[in-house]
Amino acid sequence: MSWTFDGGRPLYTQLVEQLKAKIVSGEYPPGQRIPPVRELAAEAGVNPNTLQRAFSELEREGLLHAERTSGRFVTEDVSLVEYLRGEMARELADQYLDQTRQLGYSNEQAVELIRRRSEET
Amino acid sequence: MTEELLCCRGLGKQFGHKVALAGVDLSLGRGRIIGLLGPNGSGKTTLIKLANGLLTPTRGEILINGEVPGPATKAVVSYLPDASYLPSWMRVRDLVNMFDDFYADFSADRAVEMLSTLEISGAERLKHLSKGTKEKVQLVLAMSRQAQLYLLDEPIGGVDPAARDYILRTILQNYSAEATVLISTHLISDIEPVLDEAIFIQNGHILLHRPVDDIRETEGKSVDEYFREVFKC
Repeated sequence: MSWTFDGGRPLYTQLVEQLKAKIVSGEYPPGQRIPPVRELAAEAGVNPNTLQRAFSELEREGLLHAERTSGRFVTEDVSLVEYLRGEMARELADQYLDQTRQLGYSNEQAVELIRRRSEET
Repeated sequence: MTEELLCCRGLGKQFGHKVALAGVDLSLGRGRIIGLLGPNGSGKTTLIKLANGLLTPTRGEILINGEVPGPATKAVVSYLPDASYLPSWMRVRDLVNMFDDFYADFSADRAVEMLSTLEISGAERLKHLSKGTKEKVQLVLAMSRQAQLYLLDEPIGGVDPAARDYILRTILQNYSAEATVLISTHLISDIEPVLDEAIFIQNGHILLHRPVDDIRETEGKSVDEYFREVFKC
């Protein structure tokens, strides 16, 4: 997955979101070592201090932990990653309901639409 | 080593009656990548030249590591001018050797490696290179020093987007907690993600100096969009 950023929101917030997505999707599996700040910053084309700030936030949330000499690792707590996955899916569901409501759909119609689409694809 | 790398106090510069800088107060820390952003003629180049000791202040002072620009500060400042300044008859490899002789903190290996990634031959004479390639050579030379302060005056204006990405990645990889990179440009959207801080300058005044994410957070728009709004013609 590559890195893309949109205009009006802090890069730090977007980095936190995208790193979480990488953890949930298994691109960074539990226990995996994360590339060093400088390397990942160059890859993503972002400021190292901004990335450091995003790492600190993920450490605070327990999703990453730093080992003093060997680097930074994804949590081995699979249930925490599972919880995050649920959280992100719930957010997507809320967005879907929100947007179909704006189109004039009731929640029931929105659910029915999702069911039909999932059978078709 | 002081916390403050560059400091301006009431810094003014006049060319005759023309005011280029009008009482600038500015403090830059270490380990940052900072954008110096302003329209044409706002004072970006004047500020950078003052930091280099190429101009002397009309009023106030500018200090680097607490010292007035001179031989000691030039040893720790790597400057990329906005114009071509290297003798055009020289070959690229001779320029690398010249920089190696001039600057104790210059890494010839690093320069050679970057030139080869950019597919620039050491045997070429500068005058036979395109405008964009010349700019790349100058930037490679400037970034191959282990300086404390990099002053890059319009480093990406003339190069193609792919080279632009390479140059920005190079700046990021070269990042150190002791060094600060000051980039003057009006190509804001290209460099915005790599910046810690943005300085807006207009008519020789500093309009704002804030962390980039702070601007995006409070204004709800990118620095590029915000710049277009502030400097709307």
